[in-house]
Amino acid sequence: MSTDSRADARSQPPLTYPPYLSNALRAPARPLIKVPGNLRDLAAPVYGYLPVGQADSDLTRQHGAEPLGERIIVSGRILDEDGRPVRHTLVEIWQANAAGRYFHALDDHPAPLDPNFTGAGRAITDGAGHYRFLTIKPGAYPWRNHPNAWRPAHIHFSLFGESFESRLVTQMYFPNDPLFPQDPILQSIPDAAAQRRLVSEFDLALTEPEWALGYRFDIVLRGRHSTPFEGRA
Amino acid sequence: MSRGHADRVATPSQTVGPFFHFALAPDERLGSVAGNAVGERLQLRVRVIDGAGMPLPDALVEVYQANAAGEYGASGFAGFGRLATGHDGSCLFETIRPGRAAAPEGSAQAPHLNVCLFMRGLLRHLYTRVYFAGDPDLETDPLLALVPADRRATLLATPTAGASNSWEWEIRLQGPHETVFFDL
Repeated sequence: MSTDSRADARSQPPLTYPPYLSNALRAPARPLIKVPGNLRDLAAPVYGYLPVGQADSDLTRQHGAEPLGERIIVSGRILDEDGRPVRHTLVEIWQANAAGRYFHALDDHPAPLDPNFTGAGRAITDGAGHYRFLTIKPGAYPWRNHPNAWRPAHIHFSLFGESFESRLVTQMYFPNDPLFPQDPILQSIPDAAAQRRLVSEFDLALTEPEWALGYRFDIVLRGRHSTPFEGRA
Repeated sequence: MSRGHADRVATPSQTVGPFFHFALAPDERLGSVAGNAVGERLQLRVRVIDGAGMPLPDALVEVYQANAAGEYGASGFAGFGRLATGHDGSCLFETIRPGRAAAPEGSAQAPHLNVCLFMRGLLRHLYTRVYFAGDPDLETDPLLALVPADRRATLLATPTAGASNSWEWEIRLQGPHETVFFDL
């Protein structure tokens, strides 16, 4: 089984996790090779050059008419481990529609596609690290990992942050979902408190009256290095 | 590790899943890393293979690299590419050969691309690197020096037979030739 020396290992899923069946042939069997701090590629760039328009963060306005489903606002703050806001960084999301179906040729769940919903969005954080999306609450959907397996409703998040090591792809869940205990993807995270960090919080203050409910989802990226490279070419 | 006195814990990673493709920027844009950058043009085909020896058609490969002068983040060259693998488990980046980036104590790294690998089945992404077989700087690269000698070849792209400026590299997730992955 692969192990690693990350200080926060209990708050991150392991590489090898047998209950998630498609992990079996894909997780490396040998230990990762630890890279000392002074050899990490500190200068590896931050990617955030995609042009992002207003419509990119409003997934309900990407087609001719409104998608079906419950409108929601998903908003939060991106911070690093030292509590500093991650400014002007690209946030990408993708998700299933209200019926639990992805806009993807290989999704064969017999639930309807919505011609007015693709389910992909982008935003750039502001000067205080805030982002905001308007979207539709995604549906749960079945998969074949184990008998009668269902993924809890979730939104995929992708972030680049400020260094090569801060790259993160994760999933945001919704409060009190009864599917959590049987979901190996969420349960792969050993620490229960860390699991809870992937569950968004209902927030009345984020709600737009007579329009959409609000969910808060804050994200913490791995921090910047305190010992920058000297003598770069 | 220089984690400092972190007062927050990083958000857990989760798998990219099988259905990320429609969220990506158009492939033709991000597979072309080179843009108008100065340097030796090359094509790099990356093929991802699972523990049963089967090509993986649903991996996401990201590359980050320096420009021809070995500099990251230089004006006009993002040095970033991102592609999903196709039915044959491979994807093709068009880029330039990176220069020798600086290393600690005044030394230099051998030309390489930094790689992030995502896929269904992986709960966390993997970090690795690809170097160029035959490069004279391989002998002194400080990161390669951390890798047992008998595994270094897993990090080398090799020239494609019969094609100029074409390179290929296999990422093997398991097996006797399992690619070296790094814990950053």
